[in-house]
Amino acid sequence: MKCTEFLQELSDYLDGKITENLKAELDEHLHWCHECHVVLNTTKKTIEIYRDNHIYELPDPLRTRLHDAIISKCRASKSKHK
Amino acid sequence: MATIQKRAEEGITDELALVQAAKRGDLEAFSQLVNRYDRNVFRIAQHITHNEEDAQDVVQDAFLKAYQNLEQFQGNSKFYTWLVRIAVNEALMKLRKRRTDRTVSLDEDVETEDGAMPREVADWSPNPEQLYGQSELGDILKKTVQGLPPGFRTVFVLRDVEGLSTEETAEMLGLSVPAVKSRLLRARLQLRERLARYFKSRKDGDSQR
Repeated sequence: MKCTEFLQELSDYLDGKITENLKAELDEHLHWCHECHVVLNTTKKTIEIYRDNHIYELPDPLRTRLHDAIISKCRASKSKHK
Repeated sequence: MATIQKRAEEGITDELALVQAAKRGDLEAFSQLVNRYDRNVFRIAQHITHNEEDAQDVVQDAFLKAYQNLEQFQGNSKFYTWLVRIAVNEALMKLRKRRTDRTVSLDEDVETEDGAMPREVADWSPNPEQLYGQSELGDILKKTVQGLPPGFRTVFVLRDVEGLSTEETAEMLGLSVPAVKSRLLRARLQLRERLARYFKSRKDGDSQR
């Protein structure tokens, strides 16, 4: 297996969406290819770091303000349609 | 009668029941649906628009549209899937308005080879979370994801940040499953490549930053 072939399967490998046979082939490649091993580890870390550090949190005061605005717009649109 | 009692005693927790009640005009039920998903919608909108003001508008417009079109929600898919589809469309519209060329689409930049062949192949050590403080790390993550084409970062946020399945993401974006998979792979590799510039191990003698 070539590195380009390994990279094509990288996402499915990380998501655990591959057959046992393919996994064995990929593991065999990983065994001797240090670069693909690093790419696999650092891609995994990339996903984890975005998943664990939510960079766009909704602050509570803004959340309350948005919530009130949504409900009052919905109420207005309801009375308009009646 | 039994339904009313149950509701009074336990509150409605079942999502479909909330949607049904909201369809009948129960704003309290709809308010609970907003509470359930407003953080997710905001996060997705921020990832797509990269503008807090736009993201706030998207949250309001998406929930208002959902409320006004609840009749069209058939219950074949999850309410959340349906809601996010509305929110993604609103966010892409905002992005188009901000851009002068107005050509933003989910099909954009699919041909880019950036990151397809890894160049940065040094391991990351120490752990990036130990190397940078929370706010500095947040800035790096924002700056990096902002550099992705919109079609890539939309797929990335739905699959890897929100944890939706490939099939759900495809349904929300009106893309095929292979198209979602291909964008996700490219997005992950490009992000990895760009983050590596900050996170890769320094050789002895190099400065830490």
